Amino acid sequence: MLTLEKRPQPSKALSYITPVLAVIVTMIAGGLLFAALGKDPIVAIRTIFWEPLFGEFASYYRPQLLVKGGPLILIALGLSLGFRAGIWNIGAEGQYIIGAICGAGVALAFYPLEAWYIFPLMVIAGALGGWAWAMIPALLKVKFGTNEILVSLMLVYVAEQLLASMALGVMKNPQGYGFPGSRNLQQYPSAFNNELIAGTGMHWGVAAAFIAAIFSYVLLNRHILGFQIRLTGEAPRAARFSGVKPARLVLICMGSAGALAGLAGMFEVAGPSGQISINFNVGYGFTAIIVAFLGRLHPVGIIFAGLLMALTYIGGDAAQSRLQLPAAAIQMVQGMLLFFLLAVDVLTNYRIKLTKREVA
Amino acid sequence: MDLSAINPILLLASLMVAATAVMIAALGELIVERAGVLNLGVEGMMITGAIVGFAAAVHSGSPTVGFIAAAAGGAGLSLLFALLTQVALANQVASGLALTLFGLGLSSLIGQSYVGIKPPSTPKLDIPLLSDIPVLGPIVFRHDLMVYIGIALVAVVWAFLKFTRAGLVLRAVGENHDAAHALGYKVVRIRVMAILFGGACAGLGGAYISLIRVPQWTEGMTAGVGWIALALVVFASWKPWRVLLGAYLFGGVTVLQLNLQAAGIAIPVEYLSMSPYLITILVLVIMSADRSAAPASLGRIFHASQ
Repeated sequence: MLTLEKRPQPSKALSYITPVLAVIVTMIAGGLLFAALGKDPIVAIRTIFWEPLFGEFASYYRPQLLVKGGPLILIALGLSLGFRAGIWNIGAEGQYIIGAICGAGVALAFYPLEAWYIFPLMVIAGALGGWAWAMIPALLKVKFGTNEILVSLMLVYVAEQLLASMALGVMKNPQGYGFPGSRNLQQYPSAFNNELIAGTGMHWGVAAAFIAAIFSYVLLNRHILGFQIRLTGEAPRAARFSGVKPARLVLICMGSAGALAGLAGMFEVAGPSGQISINFNVGYGFTAIIVAFLGRLHPVGIIFAGLLMALTYIGGDAAQSRLQLPAAAIQMVQGMLLFFLLAVDVLTNYRIKLTKREVA
Repeated sequence: MDLSAINPILLLASLMVAATAVMIAALGELIVERAGVLNLGVEGMMITGAIVGFAAAVHSGSPTVGFIAAAAGGAGLSLLFALLTQVALANQVASGLALTLFGLGLSSLIGQSYVGIKPPSTPKLDIPLLSDIPVLGPIVFRHDLMVYIGIALVAVVWAFLKFTRAGLVLRAVGENHDAAHALGYKVVRIRVMAILFGGACAGLGGAYISLIRVPQWTEGMTAGVGWIALALVVFASWKPWRVLLGAYLFGGVTVLQLNLQAAGIAIPVEYLSMSPYLITILVLVIMSADRSAAPASLGRIFHASQ
């Protein structure tokens, strides 16, 4: 029979291969799902993964890759720090919303003043908002030992209600003919997070994502803090003996994850989305969890994973309009990806061995 | 604002209905966690149960068939979790999250053609004599069968854990899986069965929302109840009767804020809708002072090495 034998060291080669393997298996399973829904699986897979990049309308879709990938990468980078240390912040969606509310709040407070300092202030407000929202579960965990998974998740629902109250109340556009939603920041030049290079989708949020990836790479590989994060994740007891303070790590990891998620929300509300509205958040905070794992919690991996996930969003939209493939099917494929990734990951840590059943 | 519009008898009666879904789901998770497994996929299993039960009830015309299908659906989804964590030895937190993300997608995919349909109604039990008792009758004795099944389940789970040999083995596996393995208990098999039970309960809880509480299908309709069920297990210090208490507390808050919304209190609706989540956080903070109650092997991966 087949048994698992623990590898003395996780296999390096397999840790690079398994994400690719998971993507391939997901494509096959996704194809079966599409076939079950009565769509041609080959056409569907092509529409999702190939057409947006190299197809007829690629010039329209390609910039979207950065627009959708930017926030995913930014959030996933923050989450990966905590995940490495066994600190589970899964409320990034809430921190993203609060960052957007704070950023937009600053912009709306200054409206219609035009000044160079408004956008930087919005960036700071967005980061601080996300940071503060993440500090709630972090401080509760440090002070009272409260489970950070549940608290950070509960706060997502609280943030969603807060967003609704902002869109319908305080931040509602006074010239919006009573429709819910704030003023459109795209029409407010000092606050508009415009494309840096026209037609590429490259805005400040994408730039921030790449800067954050570099910082996170340096932190994890060259800084004592990064070493402590990795040590805590791999050997918590050893970490404590070597003088790592778990409470400090919780505050730093949750705080930076919150700040990055807040930034992502702020760049989104000031740019692609443009306004605070009831359905402003579209689940980037949850998809970023998949991105973080698919990227092996490694900054470079997360960039690739973020772009791939962005592709499934864009291709999903294309498949929805052209093949009438339901949006939920794409959501399911994204969930499947994480499943398969976790399943094939067993190969990284264990070796499969054929053993004879022992006679007792 | 007109607070006198709130009828305390109706309030208490609807409290019992509001508490049932979260109570059944939390009982299932309690068994899973007492076996040493942390399944964060309750929300995903609940919403899957909600739509599977809804679809089965609509097609068969019988709520009973719906509930059975919901339990099967929840258990089926939890089998994926069992495969990941018990066979492929994957991280339980990540696997649970995957289950929730997958379940949300799956449910909205199945649910597309069920939006706006009414499910067959579930009859309320009208126990003669008992339901005619003034005050107590309408509060306690005029509900659908599932409310009483939920309460009975609390008693069954409690008795199972406290008095049966199987319950003792399950707790042993949860407290120290290595010792249980050394004694010859099949750790993986016991945990898989516990996970399946948890999935079935979550499915039932979900179907209670879509078939009785709401009753209709809307995307993402469980709205965090699965996560509140997880919090409830912590609140209950892994003890069944406290799950009942916690569920009624949560049900009370939910019903009260809905009533306040209807009564037109000066607080905006959004802030009232936040209250169940905020109170859950508050309760978690208070309860987390006592950490001794958690099963010792909770969330740890078991691998029997020779």
